[in-house]
Amino acid sequence: MRYNVILPTGVLVASLLFSGCGQKEDANADSTPAAPASTETSTTASAADFNAAIEQYRTFAVEQCDLFVKETEKFTNAVKAGNLDEAKKLYAPARAYYERIEPVAEALGDLDPNIDARVNDVDAADWRGFHRIEKALWEDKTTTGQEGYADQLLKDAQLLRAKIETIDIDASLMVTGAVELLNEVSSSKVTGEEELYSHTDLYDFAANVEGASKIFEILKPELAKKDADLEKEIGERFATLKQELDAFKKGDGYVDYTELKDDQIRKLSQNLDALAEPLSNMGKILGV
Amino acid sequence: MSDHNQNSNDNSILKKPMTRRDVLRLAGSGGLGLLLGGSTFGLFAAQNNRKTKAANATGTTDNQVPFYGQHQAGIITPAQNFICFAAFDVTASGSSSLQKLFRTWTAAAAAMAEGKQVGEESTNHNLPPVDTGESVGLNPSRLTITFGAGPSLFDDRFGLSGKRPPSFKDLPAFNGEQLEPQWCGGDIGVQVCADDMQVAFHAVRNLARMARGTAVLRWVQEGFQRSTQADPSGSTPRNLLGFKDGTANPAVTSAQDMNKVVWAQGSDGAAWMGGGSYMAVRRIRMRIEVWDRSSLKDQEDTFGRYRGSGAPLGAKNEFDAVDLNAKDEKGNPHIPADSHVALAKGDGSIQILRRSYSYSGGMDLKTGQLDAGLLFISYQRDLFKQFVTMQQKLAKSDRLNEYTLHVGSAVFACFPGVSNGGYIGDTLF
Ligand code: HEM
Repeated sequence: MRYNVILPTGVLVASLLFSGCGQKEDANADSTPAAPASTETSTTASAADFNAAIEQYRTFAVEQCDLFVKETEKFTNAVKAGNLDEAKKLYAPARAYYERIEPVAEALGDLDPNIDARVNDVDAADWRGFHRIEKALWEDKTTTGQEGYADQLLKDAQLLRAKIETIDIDASLMVTGAVELLNEVSSSKVTGEEELYSHTDLYDFAANVEGASKIFEILKPELAKKDADLEKEIGERFATLKQELDAFKKGDGYVDYTELKDDQIRKLSQNLDALAEPLSNMGKILGV
Repeated sequence: MSDHNQNSNDNSILKKPMTRRDVLRLAGSGGLGLLLGGSTFGLFAAQNNRKTKAANATGTTDNQVPFYGQHQAGIITPAQNFICFAAFDVTASGSSSLQKLFRTWTAAAAAMAEGKQVGEESTNHNLPPVDTGESVGLNPSRLTITFGAGPSLFDDRFGLSGKRPPSFKDLPAFNGEQLEPQWCGGDIGVQVCADDMQVAFHAVRNLARMARGTAVLRWVQEGFQRSTQADPSGSTPRNLLGFKDGTANPAVTSAQDMNKVVWAQGSDGAAWMGGGSYMAVRRIRMRIEVWDRSSLKDQEDTFGRYRGSGAPLGAKNEFDAVDLNAKDEKGNPHIPADSHVALAKGDGSIQILRRSYSYSGGMDLKTGQLDAGLLFISYQRDLFKQFVTMQQKLAKSDRLNEYTLHVGSAVFACFPGVSNGGYIGDTLF
């Protein structure tokens, strides 16, 4: 789901609180996470049950975010140096770190559109970020004129890194976030609409699935206690989907989306739905 | 109304209080024909309704068709206003996952036939609702869900290869067909019919949802016929070529005829299919634009019936017998030998039960023409002896072929009825 339609997941939005200190761009990556600003948003099982899980996920998100900044910098440096081929090579792998934690990033207001908007998602004048540069690299076949976008992108990435410390992650954010990640795939990645110019949709596809899988892995013990069959089912379906995706691996990444045949796309989509359906019941661990 | 006047041994219905809807329904399926002078068809239809009513009387209301019974509902059930047909492919393997799916579907289908939601309602705000909700507050709308197995289900995935009935396999190629893979085949066929499209769609959607991870949709086609609101008299519906379609169907009220024409018998070669029926589905595109440019005479000669009355050419009334030997004053047959009715009827020894719906797929993007036609569905006791023999003849010489194109095809062995406590296909395992 794109940022502009994220509101239906009220739980997710409601569970996020922003602290006022998020504007600092050079937050110390090693600092201990800020204490949750509030715990009263949760209508669910006592937060204590999930403290360890939440900390695990926070660590993961911060880790991904660190790598995201690092790889984005390599990418923007290549763009600014006018190194077209290098930039194209670095584009999809850098984005993957973002895609793994997208629901978290999306919750941070303007950041997601600034980083990840596609051509018609925002007014033309406001369009920036990865896809703006993607268009230049693949369609216009040049880095010329992208320097400003590159600088902005890196700044936005750093800002995300700073803000991520401040997010109040709770179990329901994790649960809805996992489904959210798969919904992302089924609404834009599996259709090839995410990466209109580079056709690197499968990188995003895989990263979204990995992000969901991470959440599942963290919550698995709790789920197994509540509903062992469901836990098993979800596990099996992750495995099926990953196997399906593996068939499209090429080198360190994935084949171009345009190489997929219609029936292969359909099968990927169906396997995704087969996973997302039981995954959407992971909320069981939260109680009523 | 008409049914009160008729002589009948079975007047149990007269002793029961009738609702306005009962009356309408009786009228709606031919009862009115009796009032207007009577016809065998009308009589059959009225009898059929009495039967349905009797079945409904066992603890259900009149917009419900019972799911459980000796035969699956939706075969000899008078056709509802709408259809949503879904073919599925099973992606899981092993007989236990298939049985689990059939059990789940059975419970859901039985609940939906009573107008209930699927599964137990949950108020957990952290979970998606169990039922998708769009049929909340709607009556069952005579919903029927009819399940069948395609020939591909009898490969080695589910240990069923020994169970394939000898007379059940993929259809041979027919002259002139242009089958498109996206409208063909399927491991499982599910015919969902209801008097309300939203009720029908809801059923398909929820069955597909439950199947996630076990089976996937292969193709879906919606269809319609004139609604009972638009034609409360219930005269024979017209297809999109403007002709009454269904006139010469066999009488569904005659158990004897149905056993001969529709119901597979346990002694036919597959004991588990006794009481089931073989379904042929063809998505037949109509060349509407071409048809609309042909003269009334050409149109009537194409079918061998009058467009207005539906009567056989040379006869007067819709239900007059089709006499292929009747000649005009010049000695030419009234009904052309290559007309649809002449070829389909032949010597009358082969019959099928047709239960087709019109479809519209919107516009054909390539040509800008309407993509519309007939979702032809027929039920028969033996696919090859009945449907195939007939269709081979039609495909070779039917005049209608100029205006139609078969683009989709599937066959399903529709299970016998399910008894309470059982599940669809349970005789297979
Ligand atoms: C778009 C395709 C078709 C159209 C528009 C169509 C239309 C009609 C019409 C208008 C009638 C006359 C009224 C009636 O008795 O119902 C009729 C009769 C019949 N049709 Fe079709 N039909 C089509 C395809 C088929 C196919 C594929 C079959 C079977 C292979 C078939 C089998 C029959 C039979 C058995 C009759 C009754 C003949 C008799 O005993 O008088 N039809 N059809």
